[in-house]
Amino acid sequence: MPNKLIDIKNISKSFDDNLVLDDLNLYIRENEFLTLLGPSGCGKTTLLRILGGFEKPDQGRILFQGKDITDLAPNKRQLNTVFQKYALFTHMTIAENIAFGLKIKKKSKSYIQDKIRYALKLVNLDGFENRYPDSLSGGQQQRIAIARAIVNEPKVLLLDEPLGALDLKLRQDMQYELIRLKNELGITFIYVTHDQEEALTMSDTIVVMNQGYIQQIGTPEDIYNEPQNAFVADFIGESNILPAIMVQDKLVQILGTNFPCVDTGFGKNEPVDAVIRPEDIDLVKPEDGIMEGVVTHLIFKGVHYEMEVTAHNFEWLVHSTDMFPVGTKVGIKVDPFDIQIMKKPESEDEEAAAADE
Amino acid sequence: MNKRKLLAGPYLFWSVSFIIIPLFMVIYYGLTNDNGDFTLKNLAAMATPENLKALGLSLLLSVISTTVCLLLAYPLAMILTNMKVGKSSFIVLMFILPMWVNFLLRTLAWQNLLENNGVINTLLRFLNLPTIDIINTPYAIVLGMVYDFLPFMVLPIYNVLSKIDQNVISAARDLGANSFQTFLKIIFPLSLPGVISGITMVFVPSLTTFVISDLLGGSKVLLIGNVIDQTFTQGSDWHTGSGLSLVLTIFIVASMILVAKYDKEGKGAAF
Ligand SMILES: Nc1ncnc2c1ncn2[C@@H]1O[C@H](COP(=O)(O)OP(=O)(O)OP(=O)(O)O)[C@@H](O)[C@H]1O
Ligand SMILES: [Mg+2]
Repeated sequence: MPNKLIDIKNISKSFDDNLVLDDLNLYIRENEFLTLLGPSGCGKTTLLRILGGFEKPDQGRILFQGKDITDLAPNKRQLNTVFQKYALFTHMTIAENIAFGLKIKKKSKSYIQDKIRYALKLVNLDGFENRYPDSLSGGQQQRIAIARAIVNEPKVLLLDEPLGALDLKLRQDMQYELIRLKNELGITFIYVTHDQEEALTMSDTIVVMNQGYIQQIGTPEDIYNEPQNAFVADFIGESNILPAIMVQDKLVQILGTNFPCVDTGFGKNEPVDAVIRPEDIDLVKPEDGIMEGVVTHLIFKGVHYEMEVTAHNFEWLVHSTDMFPVGTKVGIKVDPFDIQIMKKPESEDEEAAAADE
Repeated sequence: MNKRKLLAGPYLFWSVSFIIIPLFMVIYYGLTNDNGDFTLKNLAAMATPENLKALGLSLLLSVISTTVCLLLAYPLAMILTNMKVGKSSFIVLMFILPMWVNFLLRTLAWQNLLENNGVINTLLRFLNLPTIDIINTPYAIVLGMVYDFLPFMVLPIYNVLSKIDQNVISAARDLGANSFQTFLKIIFPLSLPGVISGITMVFVPSLTTFVISDLLGGSKVLLIGNVIDQTFTQGSDWHTGSGLSLVLTIFIVASMILVAKYDKEGKGAAF
């Protein structure tokens, strides 16, 4: 396994009285595609700004290849940033924007010309050399920002929601291009997004953040299949989060009905949260299910149908390729390993903090 | 639609009666003689040696005071921009405050301060220090110009600087520029519109002032503003006065066009 490239140790940061990052620990391996995922305001940009050197942490250290870079100026760091709001130089042409970093490094004219052409081709904007940023659409500006960072071939690229302004088709193309680029150049990516689908498709590792705490670190599969708490479950994909009681090992009582599950090690009759993904619920004939309900909503979503089934006063969200019309009586069935049991937090703050331990 | 046009009425009335009509009067007087016949003689009056000297001195002093204002204002505006909001608005207020005092009074105050028996020299004598003898010299005039017009340089520059996106500066640093390179290649070019409007707002009134030179230059230093003023008031020669004013106006308009053109061409390429 490649070694740690960046080691983030006990980073805390507050703005005035607002604690944005609290004792955060995280490391990034060489060549990794690591995604910071979390709701707006959870501190993603702040963490990137600390890595880029634009913000000093109140506490903690940043190590880069084992060396402490916490106090190093941004221009001395071997990483480049694609800023959330593009931050293009409006008084320069697109070509001059892209050439900026290379000119500072005193690269030759022909090298710079080649790089500009290569980068513009990469982001699908050939022929834009002499335009000014103001004359570009938001998506085009965003791609120029990517081009401007990439030509410098940094060891690490920090990307702050770099595809946020693009439409679906272009975003998928760019996702693909970014991954190809990463593999070609061997750059380590630290990627910020609040789009969970993007995080799941692109990353090697996902870091789910909330309120300045890390909620869970893992591969996309881990995060999706085994969320460690209700926040992660709710944030990644859609899910049914149900109040439940752990009757005994491998048996959980959800809304008064016992469901077999695979989790062990909880206290007897301990209150818990049970998470069930909508696509893991099987709708069967009423007499074949564990619980009985009525379909109350039906929407066609393309690949599947989305249904709401009311059972025991709870609206279950169900995804299925089989269609059941509104009003149909159905049985709800869930395989034991599709039920994810999580400890119940007592308050929201505690919820954020608990996951950090 | 028509109602909306009516709203422009007061402004239209104002500009016709106090800008357009006077302007045409100046043009009329400037291009005619006492008999009302067309002549270029009034314009040519600028070419006399005394008048050229006054114009040259005006140009020199206003260029100097504009430069001094720029050199003082730019760093100040930068400091203000980097301050926390509460603090900076306090200091901006400190700068605007003197502007609320009448311009004549402020200049008169400097006269009192600088006079041979004025406040400063009395104090210096009291401390047994050599006195400064700059009243009625071009130095005093430059001092007055800088003092009176400095806020007009600070404010537009502060305005553009405070609007520069901090992320843009971060981006330059991120791409390897040190703080000096960032200033040279990013901050300064982006602030040029403010610099240019500051230059305009200091240069034009400096070039045309006659009050500052009157009060701080005595009758010893004659600027083009004083020449025009005296032609109107002492000589009662409206024709020559208007002719000189026209030449000066053309001069100013031409230099502003030049500056504006440079501003456009300078976009990016020059830096
Ligand atoms: N310079 C600053 N001064 C004061 N507060 C700040 C500053 N920068 C960020 N914050 C606060 O820190 C918190 C985290 O901000 P941050 O920009 O890191 O969020 P984010 O996770 O990037 O959100 P988004 O997804 O909306 O971009 C927010 O509450 C924000 O108001
Ligand atoms: Mg952000």
